Formats: sequence, structure tokens, C-alpha cells
Amino acid sequence: MKKTVHDTSADPARNNKTGDSVIDAAKPSRRAAIKTLAATTALAAAASTMPLFGRYGQVQSSEPIKIGFQVHRTGIGAAYGRWYDRTTKAAVKKINDEGGINGRPVEIVAEDDGTDPKRGAEVVEKMATQHGCDIAFGTLFSHVVIGSAPRAGELKIPYFVVSEGHHVASGMLNRYTLQPGITDVKSQVQAMAPFVNSTLGKKVTMIYPDFAFGHDHRDYFSAAVEAQGGEVVAKIAIPPTESSFTKYFPKIPRNTDVIYHVMVGPAVLTFVKEMGEFFGNSRPEIFGFIDSLEAVDLASPGLEFLEGTYFWEGNPRYAQANQSDYDKAYRAAVGVDANGASLSDSKDVATYAHMFGCWETLHIVKAGMEASGYAGAGDRAKLIEAVESMTSMPHSFAHPQGAKEFNGKTHQTFGHQYITKVTNGKLMLAHTTSIEDTYYPDEVDYTTQSF
Amino acid sequence: MELGPYLILGLLEGLVTAAVLSLMALGLSLVFGVMRVVNVAHGEFFMVGAVLAWWIASAVGGHPALGFIAALLLAPPLTAGLAMLADQLVLKRIGYDPERTIVATIGLLYVIQQVTLMTYGPDARPVEAPFNHRLSIPFVEWTESGLAMYWPWGLGTTSYKLAVIAAAVILLTAIWLLMTRTRYGLLMRATQLDRETAQAFAIPVGRVYASVFGLGAGLAALGGVLIVPIQQAHYLMGHDPLLLSFIVVIIGGLGSLPGTVVAALLIGVSDGMISVFFSPTLAKIIATLAVAFVLIFRPQGLFGKRAL
Repeated sequence: MKKTVHDTSADPARNNKTGDSVIDAAKPSRRAAIKTLAATTALAAAASTMPLFGRYGQVQSSEPIKIGFQVHRTGIGAAYGRWYDRTTKAAVKKINDEGGINGRPVEIVAEDDGTDPKRGAEVVEKMATQHGCDIAFGTLFSHVVIGSAPRAGELKIPYFVVSEGHHVASGMLNRYTLQPGITDVKSQVQAMAPFVNSTLGKKVTMIYPDFAFGHDHRDYFSAAVEAQGGEVVAKIAIPPTESSFTKYFPKIPRNTDVIYHVMVGPAVLTFVKEMGEFFGNSRPEIFGFIDSLEAVDLASPGLEFLEGTYFWEGNPRYAQANQSDYDKAYRAAVGVDANGASLSDSKDVATYAHMFGCWETLHIVKAGMEASGYAGAGDRAKLIEAVESMTSMPHSFAHPQGAKEFNGKTHQTFGHQYITKVTNGKLMLAHTTSIEDTYYPDEVDYTTQSF
Repeated sequence: MELGPYLILGLLEGLVTAAVLSLMALGLSLVFGVMRVVNVAHGEFFMVGAVLAWWIASAVGGHPALGFIAALLLAPPLTAGLAMLADQLVLKRIGYDPERTIVATIGLLYVIQQVTLMTYGPDARPVEAPFNHRLSIPFVEWTESGLAMYWPWGLGTTSYKLAVIAAAVILLTAIWLLMTRTRYGLLMRATQLDRETAQAFAIPVGRVYASVFGLGAGLAALGGVLIVPIQQAHYLMGHDPLLLSFIVVIIGGLGSLPGTVVAALLIGVSDGMISVFFSPTLAKIIATLAVAFVLIFRPQGLFGKRAL
């Protein structure tokens, strides 16, 4: 009751908190309080009928749109967090320079989730209830997303994730969780399997981190390889907090043609280095997800053995010969050089294969808010419906990684995947998949769920 | 991989773990033995050693060996200095009370960890090894013409890993000599045996305490410097080694040097082997179970003396 009174009171600039504290300071009797309430209600009712009221509506809607940014500032995802943060800032700067969303500026409210699922859920809650954010956005690590999404659903706040896990499209989450800016692991690995089988070999040993994201790799890549007539001869799971890896490598069967590796966490460099030390000069073919070396300089000592091996990249780290103008402009906006490192520090290598997802997601949020005429938290359902109705997203400055096809039913986007080969210490483009290569049948229809 | 080479590889990896672990656990054991302080912040001194090593190595530049040697010489004393400061500012003020020191060192753990996070940042950064060559290891097999040597696929180690094992052996010997053959060792043992009597014999117990706390932290930091070219310096890296050190110290017997070394070998090698053949989780389960059994059947540890 009190809240409504203040929200529509004649002085909208004064927020609830100050209003309450004024009443508190006066320490009124119960009768006096009721009197004041009645008076304010009358005033508010009068105000709403006054012609000037329209002006306040204007004041309300030129307030910034608040986007709660859940970011891995600390914990094992910190390198991703740093670059997700930079990309997000660059995207918001661009959007604001171009006039904001619906004429309103965008404001980022960043909060560290510590790469921890429990903290992630708390952060989403804080954004919804404390910061009064319009939407929540961000975060990469799948366990944090899986831990946070239920809370976002309960609080009915749209939660735009940039996580590449298959948990969104698998139907595990809810209608409030969307992944429109980055493709998911299932579509990525499925598109890689034909290349790995036909170019590198049939017998594959997989090495992956032992949590949801790694399990997506294990399950969907094995299935895709078998569909291609290949075989996964061993599956080696490694805890993401592991710091020493040589002891796992003897499990690689001798008849392996191709190593398929994907690793995350602070020890990725050790992982790849020890793999090189294990094989010496008799390595099999190696195909890795760039996650194993995201934010790591390819010129680090001990990585020489990678020459001639292949990587999946969501977006090629090194500027390629066929670099688009969009990629050039995006790189400059975020502050990344042609080698995928920070413009100000060539040792600070970006998580280039993933962070474009933040840039693209924010542009999709903008498009969705504009299509739905988003004005405030009451329009959240309309925003989700507007995003669900999106389909083709052409290659553009808003989508510098390439064209995308969004599936509104599964809340998941599909796009091109890139395979690069280490050539003279740089990752050079070897193959680009089509978007169709990444399709799989829908596993859920979120649009049938109620808000 | 065949069983034989597989075992050798597991053993080598286990020995590297054991080498670093024994240095670290020895520090923990000394601090408890002499000061009766359960130093929960011990893992952070290991981390500080590794982080300082990165700082020193990147400041020195030039050939990787120069930076590494500078780190090896500077990082442990600097960490020891930090620990002595903590001893004077915190532990001394609460009178080395066993319960309160646990809480105080938990606080110290968070302070050190967060200060590192605020200054060094959340990234894992590598220090280049002074030398690092891959060494293939031959193995023997029965063929028709008798025993023959061959080089199994994947069986190898690096010169640096062998150097870590050698360095740990040398350092442990040095500590043993320090404890048994020097005046300082005598003061330490006297303080350990009976603090009040030692004081009555004009042993500066306060200074012995500070230096032992520093020495313990310095040993942990040495472990950190040695490991950082293999792993990388990261602000959360102290956690696992701390748990393993406690396990080692409990199994080996608090305050016993040979016990610590034997337990470190046992835990390090079995961790390597069990992780290789089964799973790393099982290795942790078995180690923790071993602690439980030691506490039930031999509370003083394998080599510890029964408390009077």
C-alpha cells in the first residue's frame, strides 16, 4: 500500500527509501500515519488526473535500463570474466553512443559470482530485488548458469546467458533463460565430428573436464562421431580444479588416431604443456577446443608441439585473411589487436572465441526491447516473447562473429563454427562450417511454458 | 599403455608431488612441533612463494634461469619475513593460545588470499623453467631373444621434474642437519621439548618462535617456487596442498622429520598411482580414510612419540 502511494506520489524524484525515512524520523502515532497515508493517496489520485502527470511518465522512461551483469571476476573463470567485462563495456558504449535502447541509456550493474553456482544464484537475486535490474545477463561456466537459472525463473527476471552449454536447449532450464548470442556445445561438437573423422582419423580419445560442460562434449561428440562411422576409444574425465595432468595421459590407448581435448580452469596451460611432454615427438593428430588455451598466449614455452594441430574456435582469435569489416570494427571497439591480445598489453590474450557472445547478446536485448516497446519490469514477458519471435540475424556489426539462426522454441541460437590450424604459431582458418551443420532436432518448446 | 611403464610414470609423477609436499608438510610440522600452532594459513605461504616467484622472474627478465634463480633465492626469505611479521603482530598478541591461533590463522589465510587477489589478480601465470627437456625412459620386455630394451610410447619425464625431486632431497637433508647439528637446531628442539624450562635456561623463546614460524613459511614458499614452472601461480593454489600437508603431518606424526618424509612419499606416490589407475577422487578418499585409521589406532602418527 505504502509503496504504491509513493510510486505515484506527486514527487517521483523522491524514492521510496527517502519517503519512508521521513515518516520514520517523525515517529508518528498510528493515527497520524493513517492520516498521512490517506492524504498522500488523495494527492496521488489528484495528481494522476492532472494534465502535468504525463511529464512524470517521461521522467520515468528516460531513466537508464539496468542490465545486471553476472561476471566471473574471481574463481576459476576469472580470465573469461575479465574479457566478458571488457566486451560488455564496449557493447554498452556502442549502444549508448547510438542512442541507447528506446531512447534510454543502458547501465551495467556488474556483480562478481566467484565462478560459484551458489553465489551465482545470490547475485541474480540481488540484481532482481536489490538493484532493480530489468534483466540479468552474462556468465559462462555452465554450473553457475545451471545454479542461477532456477532463481531467475522464480524471480521472473529474464536471464540472458553466454555460456555455450547445452542446458538451455536441452529443456533443463526455464522460459526466463535464453542463450541467443552464442551457440551451444551440442551444435558445436556435432559440426566438428565430420571434419575430425574425415581429416584427422577415426579412433578418437576424448579428454574433457568432469562437469556439465565437459559431459556435454563427451555425450554429443561421441554420438556424432559414431554417426560418422568413427569410434571414441577412450573418455578421460579430469576434475576442473586439477593442477597436474601427466597421470591421466597413460589412459590414452595406443591405437588412438586423434586426441580430442577440451579443458577449462586456471591450469589449462599446464594441461596442454604436459600433454606435449607426454607425447614427445610421436604425437597423434590433435584436435582441441580453444577453451584449452583461451586467454593463453600460443607462444608460451612448451606449446611448440601444437604446430600443425587443429582447434575449434567460436570466433578466430587471429585476424584472418578474409577478416570482415565487422570483425575489424568489433576488435577495435573491444580493444583487441590482430593477434587476439589486448591493445595495451600484448601478453593479455583475449577469450576471443567466446566473448563475442556478450556483444551479440546485448544487441539482441536491444532489438528485443525495441520490438516489444519495453518500458519497465512489467514488460519482461513481452521482451522474452519478442526475442522468441526472432529468427535470422544477419552478419553485421551487431553480429560480428557471423550470421545466426535463433530458435525461439529452444531459446538457443545456431551459427557458423570455425576450425583453425596452428601454422607458424598462429591459428589460421582451415574450415568454416555451415549453420545447417549445427542443427539438431528440438528437445524442448519453452514457448508452451507460462510466464 | 602397458602396466610396467604405466607404473613407472605414476611413480615419477607421485615423486614430484611427494617432493613438494614433504617440504611443505615439514614446515607445517615444525610450526606445530615447536609452537603448538596449527597453521591453517600454511597453504597461503606456498601460494605467496609461487606468486613472488612470478613477480621476481618477470622483473628480472633475460634468460629464464636468471629469473628462476633470483626467485629461488628471494621468494622464500621474503615469505619468511611476512610470516615473522604475522607472528609478531598476531600470534604473539594472543599468547599462542592453541584455539585462538587456529582462528587467527584462518583469518590470516583470507587476508593473504584476498590481498593477492587484489594485487596479483585472479589469473594463473606461468614462470618459465630454467631448463626443461623431455627425457624418454626405456623399459625392458621379454622377447624371443631374451630381455630387450625399448622406449614405450608416452613414458617420459622432464629434466626439470627430476631436478625438483633432487632439490627436495637436498633441502630435506639440509633441514635435518640444521635440526640435529647446529646450535639453532638445539634451541629449537629445547623449546619444543619444554618451553618454560628452555626459557629458564635463557633461550629466547620468543625469537625462536618467530624464526620457526618464518622457517615453516619459507619451506612452504620453497615448495611453491619449485612447483611454479610446472604448474602456474594462482591465488587459490594453496588449498589442496594445505589439505594434503595436514594429512601427511597427521599420518607421519607431528614434529617428526622422518615421519613427514615417509608420509609425504606414501601420500604423494599413492595419490599418483591411485589417480592413474582409478580416479583422483578415490585417491583423496583413501588418503582421508588413512588419516582416520591412524587417528584411531596410532594417534601419535607413524613416527610420532606418544605425548607425555
